[in-house]
Amino acid sequence: MTNNQQSVSSSGTGVPEEDTATVPAKGRGRRSLGAALGRSQLSVVAVLAVAVLLAYLLADSPVIATQAIVTGLLIGGVYGLVAMGLTLIFGVLDIVNFAHGAFLAVALFITYWLVSSMGLHPYVTILVTVPVMFAVGWAVQRGVLSGAMGKPLENQLLITLGISLVIENGLLLLFGANPRSVPLPGDRTIGILGAVADLSRILAFVGALVLAGVLFLVLQRTRLGTAIRAVAANNAGAQLVGIDTRRIYALTFAIGTACAGAAGTLVSPLVTVEPSTGALFNIVAFVVVVIGGMGNVVGALVGGFVIGLAEQLGTIFLPGQSPLLSVFIVFVLVLFFRPQGLFGRTS
Amino acid sequence: MTQTVAVDRTSPAPLPRKPWNRHLLAVAVLAVVMVPVPLLLPQAQQAVAVRVMIFALMSIGWNVMSGFGGLFSFGHAAYFGLGAYTTAWLLVEKGLSPWIGMAAGVVVAAAFAVVSGYLLLRYRLKGAYFALATFAFAEMFRLLATNSDVVNRAEGYHIPLQVEESWWWLQFAPSSPNYFWIALALTVVALVASILFLRSRTGQFALAVRDDQDAAAALGIPVMRYQLTTMAISAGITSVAGAFYVQYYLFIDPDLAFGSAVSIQAILPAVIGGVGTIWGPVVGAAILGPLSDVTATVLRNPPAFLSFLEGRGGLDVVIYGVLLIVIILVLPQGIYSAVRQRWFRS
Repeated sequence: MTNNQQSVSSSGTGVPEEDTATVPAKGRGRRSLGAALGRSQLSVVAVLAVAVLLAYLLADSPVIATQAIVTGLLIGGVYGLVAMGLTLIFGVLDIVNFAHGAFLAVALFITYWLVSSMGLHPYVTILVTVPVMFAVGWAVQRGVLSGAMGKPLENQLLITLGISLVIENGLLLLFGANPRSVPLPGDRTIGILGAVADLSRILAFVGALVLAGVLFLVLQRTRLGTAIRAVAANNAGAQLVGIDTRRIYALTFAIGTACAGAAGTLVSPLVTVEPSTGALFNIVAFVVVVIGGMGNVVGALVGGFVIGLAEQLGTIFLPGQSPLLSVFIVFVLVLFFRPQGLFGRTS
Repeated sequence: MTQTVAVDRTSPAPLPRKPWNRHLLAVAVLAVVMVPVPLLLPQAQQAVAVRVMIFALMSIGWNVMSGFGGLFSFGHAAYFGLGAYTTAWLLVEKGLSPWIGMAAGVVVAAAFAVVSGYLLLRYRLKGAYFALATFAFAEMFRLLATNSDVVNRAEGYHIPLQVEESWWWLQFAPSSPNYFWIALALTVVALVASILFLRSRTGQFALAVRDDQDAAAALGIPVMRYQLTTMAISAGITSVAGAFYVQYYLFIDPDLAFGSAVSIQAILPAVIGGVGTIWGPVVGAAILGPLSDVTATVLRNPPAFLSFLEGRGGLDVVIYGVLLIVIILVLPQGIYSAVRQRWFRS
């Protein structure tokens, strides 16, 4: 594993990387950015290839390795979607949002409640969770976070920590600690390349990719997306050309939260529905965001796959340990070996 | 806390001389005032008081590193858990006294702080990245403890009951005031330690590094050495809280030791009381400690409008969260600092 990390880390593009995905390379710096991005993508692919090869060598049978890869990629898509929302918020608002997983948990419980009390199909509830979480995100940014914009990073971190405590324990208070589940009608296992996967997992993966694509198009092709990228790239400059940055802050936080909401609905058939489920996704999303480069939307999606694979292959490399352990090992190594590149904002 | 405030009031100028002696005097007064308390309190309230002091210990430790040292930790559960597990392991597996375990826990936690701190600082992690990395370390301990036979996996440790009360085995009848006095003594030692630390050359250098790392380095202060010292002291204090926790509740498992809730419990009292002040963590702990009992009492026999919440948990943490948000937005300096400032003005 050590090898992987080093090459992942050596691919850092340094300070300007934050802008590579949210802002397409323009004018000066285009060549270096493009080259750096290419190199980083190449090394990630190389690292993954080595890890996959090792997994096949170490696993008791090839099927186990194939299964780990299939499962890892499928869940990685969902991690990517969650992390895209988180990284968008970081890139635009400079907020390390500890409440992201809690928002996902809210969507999970909305889905659960709609399915169990009204008998809706789980995936139909996305029509409710996305707008609701969009509104929640808007309200939270306007109501709570806007008062702390521009304050030290710790303050915002503590506020979002407070929000997550309130949400998670509010859910505990309302629904109790009993684990629940959302059944998907017609769920069955499907064979892929000798491995198997639940239909719900495949659909979550496809749904996450579609939504990630929509988000990417919104960011790249619409006026709103352009404005968001402008604020991320240069706050003061955006204000000078007449962009209402406060509105963009609220909208971005709302969009990011809506991503968590959509992910909450998509994973509802896969996970245990309980208040602490969100915290798990929160941890993973942070790891993904750091690996992808904070503020880097495409990086978040790629990072999602990397972490999905790391988690599943980790069960082969570190037998008997929790899959999360390998996620943290990757995380710490990436943090160490990309000291400045990860911190795109300072220098 | 009234003593401190009263003491501060006597200071002649808005920028007083460094009031170390007055802080030490205030600690002494607090200790003397608190000693007879367990003889007056009913047992249930004693348990609350002990929990307040465990909170205070954890947070005094956090405050040394994150308040005085400026290194924002989101993983103090690692130090707390190392203290708790070292004590429990030495007692259960090796039959050593918890006092020895406590000392060993301090050494282990401080050593881990130095090693992990070296890595974090060597790779120049700052701000949110530093916090996330400390969080990752604590979580790794939790996952390792949960899946390692050496420390009983997820089951954790039960402390074997002694036949009779014993100072050596740090075990008394549940109603004994000794627990309170030991917790009080540990808290007083931690407070004195943090005051002496702040007064010392090391502490002053640590403050200088926190306020302007580049300037401090330019003046020839070996930045990393003082940051590592700060982290080691902080880890040592928090690990004592862990060691005492095990002896008081007679049980520890990976979630109670290394869970993220533990890290949050180390942060909250200091933030609510006042980060980077000597008394902030104590004030914050005194506010937060009793909250869970109050909410539990309310929810056991809820008033009519809350009847749907009967028997549910979580209300205390919801209130912690709301309090945290309100404090950060309204009194980012914390309650103790705000009160002190108001006193000065009037």
